[in-house]
Amino acid sequence: MSSIIRTPRVRASRVAYGVIGVVVALVWIFPVYWMANSALLPNVVLQSKTPVFLPFGGSFDNFAAVFQGGTFFPALGMSVIIALVVVAFCLFFAFLAALAISRFRFRGRKSFVLAILFIQMLPAEGLFIAQYKLMASVNLLNTVLGVSIIYIAAVVPFTIWMLRGFVAGIPAELEEAAMMDGLSRTQAFLRITFPLLAPGLVASGVYAFLQAWNEFTVALVVLQANADQTLPLWLRGFIRASASKAIDWGQVMAASTLVALPVIIFFLFVQGRMTSGLVSGAVKG
Amino acid sequence: MSVDTARAITVSELSTQPDARVTERRRRPSFTPYFLIIPSVAILVIAMGYPLVWQIVTSTQHFGLAQQFGQPAPFVWFDNYIKLAADPYMWTVILRSLAFCFVTAAVTMALGTLVALLMNVVNRVIRIVIQISLLLAWAMPVVAAMTVWNWLFDWRRGVVNWILTSIGLPFQDHNWLQDPISFFFVAMIIVVWMSVPFVAFSVYAGLTQVSGEVLEAAQMDGATASQRFFAIIVPIIRPVLGIVLLLQVIWDLRVFTQIKLLQDAGSIASETNLLGTYIYQLGTGSSDFGMASAVSIFVLVLTVAISAFYVRNMLKEDES
Repeated sequence: MSSIIRTPRVRASRVAYGVIGVVVALVWIFPVYWMANSALLPNVVLQSKTPVFLPFGGSFDNFAAVFQGGTFFPALGMSVIIALVVVAFCLFFAFLAALAISRFRFRGRKSFVLAILFIQMLPAEGLFIAQYKLMASVNLLNTVLGVSIIYIAAVVPFTIWMLRGFVAGIPAELEEAAMMDGLSRTQAFLRITFPLLAPGLVASGVYAFLQAWNEFTVALVVLQANADQTLPLWLRGFIRASASKAIDWGQVMAASTLVALPVIIFFLFVQGRMTSGLVSGAVKG
Repeated sequence: MSVDTARAITVSELSTQPDARVTERRRRPSFTPYFLIIPSVAILVIAMGYPLVWQIVTSTQHFGLAQQFGQPAPFVWFDNYIKLAADPYMWTVILRSLAFCFVTAAVTMALGTLVALLMNVVNRVIRIVIQISLLLAWAMPVVAAMTVWNWLFDWRRGVVNWILTSIGLPFQDHNWLQDPISFFFVAMIIVVWMSVPFVAFSVYAGLTQVSGEVLEAAQMDGATASQRFFAIIVPIIRPVLGIVLLLQVIWDLRVFTQIKLLQDAGSIASETNLLGTYIYQLGTGSSDFGMASAVSIFVLVLTVAISAFYVRNMLKEDES
């Protein structure tokens, strides 16, 4: 009986929730949409009094202008090289360390894990001046190597933590069984465990890539020469220019889209794993 | 007996006696794990450890422009810290940072939890629409997001001013970044926009563990919506809320990129500095590395203190 009485009210509130849900979705996606929309519209349209909400009559001219500007490709090259160096070294280092903490019990293991977890929390903003001085003292300012060293150190702790979960998920018994069959410990590991780790390595690699690709704070102090900018620094140039003069927002949005696109693709791919790594222990079945 | 059976037996034996295996490992001390962690330890010592030690030492020295050009830095012990403690501007920056951090974290938590609850009650299609939209916002690289937000809040042609003007509010050519309060309001909106997706997804993951039957039973017994939320849902998602809140506080305390890039877009740095940008200004602007180090140490100590709880929680995960 009560359900009969309640139904219209329940239905009304369901509709209301649905409407609120759509509004929330629109609000959150709007800046991303606005970036794409403005990137496709010519500057004349963007400078008109009333904003244009749909990119009808748009073109890829803004993207072409960014490519022809001459500064995009050097910054892209810098970002790609740094990201690849960071991913490669980070994965290698983190993989070995993850193995150590999930497959061995050794004296100092707990301190190492503790150190990893605390270092992972250290803000770049609390160390970047000292890191700048370090790189200045060994003549590595404005170099790929200098930035990469700092990035690897910044990313390796969380990567170890992520990979630790993956290694721990593969039963050591598999390796030990292979060792019974006459393989050495290393062989057993490489033939049995390593292939099973591939998804973990991919996820951690993507994580390291995103960190290196998006990083701003350290790049700002270590890469001060205009010739050696990463993409985030290159984008910052547009923001600074906007302070003093009217700038071509269409081109800036095209540039931002170019920087964001690979990240969005990779991120959608790795997101689930990253969230569970950050709040692991708190969300448990 | 074939090799395969032997393996099967060994595996079953090993899996039923995990303790024996561990003790066996302990009995044979091996250097292998130490070799395995050497590369990570080395890079951390070089790029984190050394700068940290340098910073601690420098924070007890007078290290300014002259030292930049090679003069020895005189030890002043705690002078830098004393100077900071006596400097009203430092206190302004600290209070500003704390206020920004707590307000932003609180708004993020509230909105994130509400969005998670919303995802829980809407139908599947709308939930997926919300999730896609949150994921896209979350995925935006911070600097790209900042260019977009600068464009949205642009005083000449920004869409925010246009919308506010067209609903009749006096926002024609309004410059959001000039006044510090409105500067921080914009910064808060941006940080909240970027952070809510993480909170919403985490809390939503926690909410999936709340049993619908229990909620229904409570409703039958006459519990109101808010009673059900605070008496049933909150206790279950409390661990997630705790961790997420802690991460938000830590992240919002060290917020740098957003503030720096909003300052770049045209506002007075001294009126809008938070701890991160203040350190940057001391270090690269005025080359006062002694003072910059002292403020950095303050930020690090604060972060480590707040992180302790989080790290303890993660350690539990390691032991499980």
